[in-house]
Amino acid sequence: MKIIKNLGLVIFLTGLAIWTASVFMGGFTLQQDQLDVFVSEKGIKSELITKKITEDVVGKTLGTFAFTGAIRNALAENNTYYDAQIAKYDAAKEWDKKGEQYQYRINDKDFQAFSFSLAKKAGTGFIVENKGLMWFLTFGLSILGALMFIFPNLVLLGKPGIKNDHIYHDAATNRGWIAWLVLIYLVLFYLVLYFNADYVVNWTFILDPISNALNGGDASQWFVYGFLYCTIMLTMAMRMYIKYRHNKYQIVRTTSVLFFQIVFAFLIPEIMSSLGKPGYDFKNAFPLDYDFFFEWNLETLTESGGLGIFILVWGVVLTLVIVPVMVYFFGKRWYCSWVCGCGGLAETLGDPYRQHSNKTMKAWKLERWLIHSVLAFSLVMTVVTLYCYFTGAESLLGINTQWIKDTYSFLIGAWFAGVIGTGFYPIFGNRVWCRFGCPLAAYLGFVQRFKSRFRITTNGGQCISCGNCSTYCEQGIDVRAYAQKGENIVRSSCVGCGVCSAVCPRGVLKLENGPEAGRINPTQVLLGNDVDLMDYVNNDQDVA
Amino acid sequence: MEEHIVIIGNGISGVTTARHIRKASDKKITIISAETDHFFSRTALMYIYMGHMKYEHTKPYEDYFWKKNRIDLKRAFVETVDHENKQLLLSGGEKMSYDKLVLAVGSTPNKFGWPGQDLEGVQGLYSKQDLDKLEANAPDNKTCKRAVVVGGGLIGIEMVEMLLTRDIPVTFLVRENNFWNGVLPIGESQMLNRHIKSHHVDLRLGFNLDSILADDNGKVRAVTIKETGEEIACNVVGLTAGVSPNVAFLKDSGIEIGRGIKVNPMLETNIKDIYAIGDCAEQHEGINGRRPIEAVWYTGRMMGEALAQTLTGKPTAYNPGHWFNSAKFMDIEYQTYGWVFSKPKEGNTHFHWMHKDDNKCITIEMQEGTRKFIGINNFGIRLRHELFDRWLTEGQTTDYVLEHLKDANFDPELYAHYEKEILAEYNKQYGTSLAPKKKSWKRIFA
Repeated sequence: MKIIKNLGLVIFLTGLAIWTASVFMGGFTLQQDQLDVFVSEKGIKSELITKKITEDVVGKTLGTFAFTGAIRNALAENNTYYDAQIAKYDAAKEWDKKGEQYQYRINDKDFQAFSFSLAKKAGTGFIVENKGLMWFLTFGLSILGALMFIFPNLVLLGKPGIKNDHIYHDAATNRGWIAWLVLIYLVLFYLVLYFNADYVVNWTFILDPISNALNGGDASQWFVYGFLYCTIMLTMAMRMYIKYRHNKYQIVRTTSVLFFQIVFAFLIPEIMSSLGKPGYDFKNAFPLDYDFFFEWNLETLTESGGLGIFILVWGVVLTLVIVPVMVYFFGKRWYCSWVCGCGGLAETLGDPYRQHSNKTMKAWKLERWLIHSVLAFSLVMTVVTLYCYFTGAESLLGINTQWIKDTYSFLIGAWFAGVIGTGFYPIFGNRVWCRFGCPLAAYLGFVQRFKSRFRITTNGGQCISCGNCSTYCEQGIDVRAYAQKGENIVRSSCVGCGVCSAVCPRGVLKLENGPEAGRINPTQVLLGNDVDLMDYVNNDQDVA
Repeated sequence: MEEHIVIIGNGISGVTTARHIRKASDKKITIISAETDHFFSRTALMYIYMGHMKYEHTKPYEDYFWKKNRIDLKRAFVETVDHENKQLLLSGGEKMSYDKLVLAVGSTPNKFGWPGQDLEGVQGLYSKQDLDKLEANAPDNKTCKRAVVVGGGLIGIEMVEMLLTRDIPVTFLVRENNFWNGVLPIGESQMLNRHIKSHHVDLRLGFNLDSILADDNGKVRAVTIKETGEEIACNVVGLTAGVSPNVAFLKDSGIEIGRGIKVNPMLETNIKDIYAIGDCAEQHEGINGRRPIEAVWYTGRMMGEALAQTLTGKPTAYNPGHWFNSAKFMDIEYQTYGWVFSKPKEGNTHFHWMHKDDNKCITIEMQEGTRKFIGINNFGIRLRHELFDRWLTEGQTTDYVLEHLKDANFDPELYAHYEKEILAEYNKQYGTSLAPKKKSWKRIFA
């Protein structure tokens, strides 16, 4: 069994190595007619760009970085030229001429998309010619290897039950060198995905056949991300199924997040867009879905007929009615650890790192400041956006709508949710985003804390303060602090993953939805002692 | 000047006392410990060795807590107690005065005069130091090719479980013919026998340790078994044959010592202003049918809760409610509410149900005839403390308890339920025709 496991690791790492190496493989040969078609399709007005790309790129076979570098360079030179023109006309106070120059510039943010589109056309060589084989060598080997690594646990972990042995002895799960390597890899992955997708256009070739089958078009970097996300969740869910095979709550919950990710977040949007409809993730609620009220989305939806209107109404009802009502009955867990995609990844890929969330009071204070600031940020942004959308203004109270949207997308959408939220799993735990950043979680948290039937019940006086619950709480809740006082846990951040209850060796914790009365039950003297003493101390309101 | 209360021992008893004194007063509080700087959960030591947690995770309060609550922590060993001058002599010659003294000094592992019991590689598992020792003695199965654990109780099985996580073969010597049969009814003990063996433990039931043999360097090399004379080669011997109050340092103090520190229900010793709580305290007579010495986490906490009231002006006797306890035997959790004896007390009888997977069972002790509920042992099924406490107070019958068992189920949601099966077995044995009532929130939170 150990041999299979180790062999699996080797195969997985081989697949991962080929996947990583594929970035550097193959060549890019842009033909003149490809460039011409692109220029006319995109309506690119600057002849300088066409000329420069024709000179530097067309007809040559370049490597990934030489190719994307040359394209970006052409765009940069073009902008430098027109910036100079603008400055010149500005100095000469020739406003009309100055205004004309802007149409020739390419927005700096669009460089990667520009370069990506050309690279997608120009790709040649082994990967492009052997997409199926490359899929097997990357995804195939990695999945196979991972499963070979995971399945022997059925035997190696021993009988069903809590198996957290050696988590704090292992460099992968105890913030050792393996954890840091994983962190670096994940962070680099997100930096490339969000800001330099043209570097990894080769990855999209590998998934073109699957993308074509699903939505009739070639794969974008977002298709790669979505497919990868589902694959990783599916593979790591197998690990969850084995690790928690004694625990039906965990098994059903894992199946639920898998279902919602694969069907709702991936398949339905893909199929919708293949039918020419807006690809919408029906479970992605505002304000986690922060661009739902952006102009482009509102326009797309209002132009998409009955379905678009339905989505618009659904999105509003989801946030305003369905989400809070469900939180009232079941706690925010129904969303965060049963439905949500971010939660889904955290509960599968992130499960080995759940123990790294910080349990200190300081971290809790930081959490409350940060997450509520992000919620406020998202709401301000949305108000500004909607105001500008309906009035046609460019700003509200001095806040420019484009600026605030760009800032939020960059800081929160890309950096917080992606680079930090997932990239930092191995060191800061698997719920960094959900705990400190997610505005939807902040909103659900209010409902859970103040108006909900959900609580984690503490079983009388049975707690022995061992600390397993707090250690394995991915949300950094000091569960023990409540349990050892005989007090139920009612916290806005709890996502109801159920692991505290699972790891408790004495049967002290139970997630349940019950009557609101008595849900929060501060106690000083625990059940099992002198009844008079319990009454005396527990009912003394002066006691801190 | 506020009164100075000195507590010796930073375990659950001493710390609970300190916390409750602080809640109710501004007295000066000092906790002295030779073991660690801060309170940690002794029950969690095993998880450190197994790699589930690190030492800092076992601390129930962050380090700032003590200063914030003005509880002074002193790392020192108390050599002697001079009650005439109300003064402690600490290791290193330092002296500390007190106005009131709380002895919460815990236990030490039992040693029964076995030859070789002090050799290198022989140890108990009680303190942080014991844990460090085990990490040194048995870091892996190359250093420790086999371990022998002596004593079939709760610490013994924990130690076995710990060693197994390092792939160290373990021989488990148990004096009784079935595991923990002095406490548990036979059906449960036998289930645990099978469970232990299924973890590939060399479980030797009904065997006693005879002697521990040394190699040329004074380290453990083997043990011999009394009944057979068999010699078992090993590198580590775990002595887990129970614990005794840690009272050696009080021998000539004038404080009355029996097996433990003698106290009355007010937790007072024979000396004014000196109290004893937790593992080290021995009641003159057991309270509410309990043993005079209760070396259990929960009772230590309760004594602390009660004593703190006394020390802050509300004299309160230690008057525990219904007995409860819990443990975990490898993969099988155990809880108990009320009293279940290994053999039913006179006039009582046992109802025993076991699930066919051999990992779950319950035993109920009840009065014969009236079937009044006395207590329950539940293995592999979690039950609600509050409800059983209430049912015991109300004096409910077993019929009532089993009919309402769904209310008491505390297993995680979506788990399989066994109330129906249990009741079917009960109906068969007692000729009743009970059916489980649907779970009712109203009853649970009545």
